[in-house]
Amino acid sequence: MEPSKTMKPKGKEPHQTPAQVSRRCFLNILWTALGLGALAEFLWLAFSFLRPAEPGGESQANAIVPVGPLASFEPGTVTAFQKGEFYLVRLDDGGLIALSCRCTHLGCTVPWVEKEKKFLCPCHASAFDITGNVINSPAARALDTFPLSIENNIVKVDTGRRIKRSGFNPEQLVYPPKI
Amino acid sequence: MRAMTPATDPPQRRLNPLGTLVLHFRPRRVAEKTLRFTLTWGLGGMAAVLVTFQLFTGILLKFAYGPVPTQAYDSLVRLQEGFLFGQLVRNIHFWSANLLVVVVCLHGLRVFFSGGFHPPRRLNWVVGLSLFILVLASNLTGYLLPWDQLAYWATTICVGMLEYIPLIGSRLQRIVLGGPQIGPATLRNFFAMHTAVFPALIVMLMAFHFWRVRKAGGLVIPRSPAEEPDDKPPALVPTHPDLLLREAAVALATIAGVLLLSLLYDAPMGQPANPGLSPNPTKAPWYFAGIQELLMHFHPSFAWLIAAALTFGTFYLPYLDYREAPAGVWFASTTGRRTALVAALAAAAVTPLAVVLDEYAVDFSAMMPGWPQAFSLGVVPMALFIAVVVGLYILMARKFRASRLESVQATFVFLAAGWVILTITCVLFRGQDMKLRWPF
Repeated sequence: MEPSKTMKPKGKEPHQTPAQVSRRCFLNILWTALGLGALAEFLWLAFSFLRPAEPGGESQANAIVPVGPLASFEPGTVTAFQKGEFYLVRLDDGGLIALSCRCTHLGCTVPWVEKEKKFLCPCHASAFDITGNVINSPAARALDTFPLSIENNIVKVDTGRRIKRSGFNPEQLVYPPKI
Repeated sequence: MRAMTPATDPPQRRLNPLGTLVLHFRPRRVAEKTLRFTLTWGLGGMAAVLVTFQLFTGILLKFAYGPVPTQAYDSLVRLQEGFLFGQLVRNIHFWSANLLVVVVCLHGLRVFFSGGFHPPRRLNWVVGLSLFILVLASNLTGYLLPWDQLAYWATTICVGMLEYIPLIGSRLQRIVLGGPQIGPATLRNFFAMHTAVFPALIVMLMAFHFWRVRKAGGLVIPRSPAEEPDDKPPALVPTHPDLLLREAAVALATIAGVLLLSLLYDAPMGQPANPGLSPNPTKAPWYFAGIQELLMHFHPSFAWLIAAALTFGTFYLPYLDYREAPAGVWFASTTGRRTALVAALAAAAVTPLAVVLDEYAVDFSAMMPGWPQAFSLGVVPMALFIAVVVGLYILMARKFRASRLESVQATFVFLAAGWVILTITCVLFRGQDMKLRWPF
């Protein structure tokens, strides 16, 4: 410690060192900042590359599926549509609702069990009633629905727009226009 | 004499460049006591051999596999039926992958219980644990690739679990899936991660892992609890042949074991994936069955909190402020051995009891009508769980006069044993509708 300090020429130190250090510091900071900037650019590039494409307009338009004439769905029935992955449910009072067939717990496909009048999930034993409400956990919310409309007695379901809900309420039902 | 000093023998060196390369990674001499088989059980070496197996068979499989939903299943059928040794290569890949999870897990336990995580080996614990997570991630992403019913639905529920991660779950799930549900984009993502990102990371981290072993001066030197640590430099033996021969023996035994398994048992292959039909029951791959079992008892977000806390805790283990650092003593001390055993027995009693009670007797959500499920199935069981863990810790400290290290070790044993029991419960004791059943 001692010798090295005394070795350095006195007087030179206070003048030169601060200037040298600050220039070096400045350059170091500059390079670090540039490096971080470049890294951020690459990360941004990677993330925007990897981000899943949002569903475009055309898939929205095609997603509205005509599922059949109103008369073919009797009150108190559940009809499965494998392709669109939904059930068309017609309650006893004539109200219609389109339920997603995917369990809200972990995404298994829930079959409708006619004997028990329940949707029973084979994966973790969640159960849903005919309106999609949870009867049996672990599922925490009711089956998702899809918007449904009736035009010229033809039932149409928009499978592109999945609606999450916590439970069933009668406003979600669609009734055929009274004639 | 010649064998002991290969570096001074130029002709031999020129003849065998690979041999000298291997030697170059190693110190010339290693402590004699670290060669004891019952210190390492050869687990790290086995893991390295299995990773090598995975790289080689993985490259071969890549030439046969079509990573698109319409081709994936058929390409594997063609591989198994049309390629010479196609089935064997796939079997080796399958068995090595599963064994790798087991071996890496045991390796981690060995390091923990022989005190291999104390300074200067703290960072290497973190690196090793990261490797374990990468191995799990590789296994999971590989699980989807056959695109059969098993693959499709196990992945569905694994990815379904992601949705419940607080705050970022849904977004993360969308990124992983590459869309609203499992489809071509998911397979593409999983294939890219499985065949490029994870292997690259694993190989890089392995190199770092090995370098840190060497930087720490080799392995911990085993001693019994009564022995004081040696201040003298340990007795050394030459790496070649003493260590290399032992390593070769472990490697050959591992290769023989994997080949035997692969000849006897084929990798599973079910019906092609059918998005409209979930099999009953649908289970996650066995190494995630613990999480699935946890999800059956806790509100999903809380199950994730527990899993995240356990993972973070395991990473942080070496950095807790211990007063002693008994590297090389199995289970730290005589007290440590006793408390670890008590904790393991406690877990073996408490975990099955809790599972059975929750299944048949206790229904928190029915007991607390009007309360949200997040409270009755989340906060309440979580509080019970924390109470048990804290109670165990206090019991260790008070009753057994365990030091912090010994209490932390006992808690770790309790949680790890509990995890193993949850995994076994889900894999063996859950049948139709995921109800408890007797498997035998």
